[in-house]
Amino acid sequence: MNNKIFSSISALSLLLSSAAIAGNTVTVSGSTSVTGLMEVLAETYQLQQNDYIEVQGTGSGAGIRAAKEGTSMIGMSSRPVATDELGKDVQQFVMALDGIAVAVNNQNPIKNLSIEQVKAIYTGDINNWSQVGGDDQAIVAVTREVGSGTRGAFEDIMGLTRKINDITVTAISARAQVQSGNGSIKTLVANNSAAIGFISLGSVDESLAALQIEGVDATKANIQTGDYGIARPFVLMAANSPEPEAQQFIDYIMSSEGQQVIADHGYIEVK
Amino acid sequence: MTDIIDTQLANLSNKKELSQELKRRAMRTDYLGTFFKYLFFLSAFIGVLSVATIGYFLFYEGIPAIKHAGLIEFLSGREWLPPALYGIASMIVASLVSSLGAVIIGVPIAILCAVFLAEIAPKWLANLVRPAIELLAGIPSVVYGFFGLVIIVPAIQTLFNIPAGSTLLAAIIVLSVMILPTVITIAETSIRAVPSTYKEGALALGASQVYTIFKVILPAARSGILAGIVLGVARAVGETMAIIMVMGNAPAMPNSLLESARSLTANIALEMSYATGMHASSLYATGIVLLIFVMLLNACLLYLNRQRAYS
Repeated sequence: MNNKIFSSISALSLLLSSAAIAGNTVTVSGSTSVTGLMEVLAETYQLQQNDYIEVQGTGSGAGIRAAKEGTSMIGMSSRPVATDELGKDVQQFVMALDGIAVAVNNQNPIKNLSIEQVKAIYTGDINNWSQVGGDDQAIVAVTREVGSGTRGAFEDIMGLTRKINDITVTAISARAQVQSGNGSIKTLVANNSAAIGFISLGSVDESLAALQIEGVDATKANIQTGDYGIARPFVLMAANSPEPEAQQFIDYIMSSEGQQVIADHGYIEVK
Repeated sequence: MTDIIDTQLANLSNKKELSQELKRRAMRTDYLGTFFKYLFFLSAFIGVLSVATIGYFLFYEGIPAIKHAGLIEFLSGREWLPPALYGIASMIVASLVSSLGAVIIGVPIAILCAVFLAEIAPKWLANLVRPAIELLAGIPSVVYGFFGLVIIVPAIQTLFNIPAGSTLLAAIIVLSVMILPTVITIAETSIRAVPSTYKEGALALGASQVYTIFKVILPAARSGILAGIVLGVARAVGETMAIIMVMGNAPAMPNSLLESARSLTANIALEMSYATGMHASSLYATGIVLLIFVMLLNACLLYLNRQRAYS
């Protein structure tokens, strides 16, 4: 009997103590594109220790401001950040890379396009393969649905956006076919000799042909060296001497374990 | 059973005892009766409640977008550029044209098939064709979509020599096959319901079989056939998965049947997973438009059924 009471008390105190040492909160905010990946990293990190990671998707601009003004311990950006945007008290480093392959049907003789050509194809200004040196055949441009992360990244990197009533909207032609998911785009491009589509680099296989962009192959290595054009860095920003709990989380992200999580989710690790 | 009860009751000589026994039994059966009464009511109510809840949510979530864009602008706007412009005119056109096309192709085939099954086919053949059509009704729409993607889209591509076969025409063909079972089943039932005296009378007057079918039987079965057509249209308007796979989903106003288009249903299904704020609300508003379409169709159906009841 005594034993039971003792064990239940000790169990209770264990519960209480674990709540008591549940530690600090690390605040992270910024790019909505990085948020999804950051939440996965936070979840796996929280399994290992007691700090709580609070992730907010506010946009790259807001993330840079938050890091500079110290309103968040860590800021996130999905575009390169100029040093003068941050001031000298804030450090930045690339945690991952995001690359997009532009792919065509295997029968398409085109092997290389410039960024401007790809952009013009998606705005509808170029609508025949002969205009970029291919066969005389109309181009079937295929895009992801509005709101998809891959489409968002593609539009950002290529500058395929325009302003209407001060709101940024897509500049991709409304005549472009829309498919949801990398898989649907792959099926369409693999079965239509006139099609062109963009998919995340990890989804490319031999059923379609990934184009060279400005003469550079779409490979992980070329993205890591920065030679391949349709890629963007995921940048983290923090104070030069951040709070220890923030530093710990950053160390986790940059560790081989954190980088593995990044690679598992279709992004490119930096280490 | 009743005999036993009666003898039991007969044994109760006292009138008071008898009435008490009857009362007791009445009370006992009443429990069961009440239970089932409420069970029936509850079952009926679940259906009503679901419709009311869905309707409420559609309007609750969708009204902000309609207010934001303006009703006229929302319905007649040709540009779908969330989060700035929300115009679904091109999608309304795509939904209407694809459904109408499916009716134009599918309904004549369905009616002739129903006539064949009900009037012409020998029994063994009808018993072969009917299960095939019932099977058609059971095929999931994603399989129709796959069939369209693999067979119809490439066929249109080569036949019309266009770069992409994912067009309104592909959707129309897939939809017209999809509405066949609905229309055939209901049309056949209503053709069979035509009194045989009509047919016998016509044949006795020397009318040929074909004349009898087209001038006597089909007009007599008219309202039932129309009800089948309306249900077929409702199926076509509401179809999503197959359409997404074969129509290309470009949100632009189609200029011909050989261009890609996006239906109302496809718009919701494609963009719902990522949409937030006003964009999500505009998708609910698309749902409202769809709901009103289906309500109009159902009103047609009610009207037709009433006519049938009178005739």
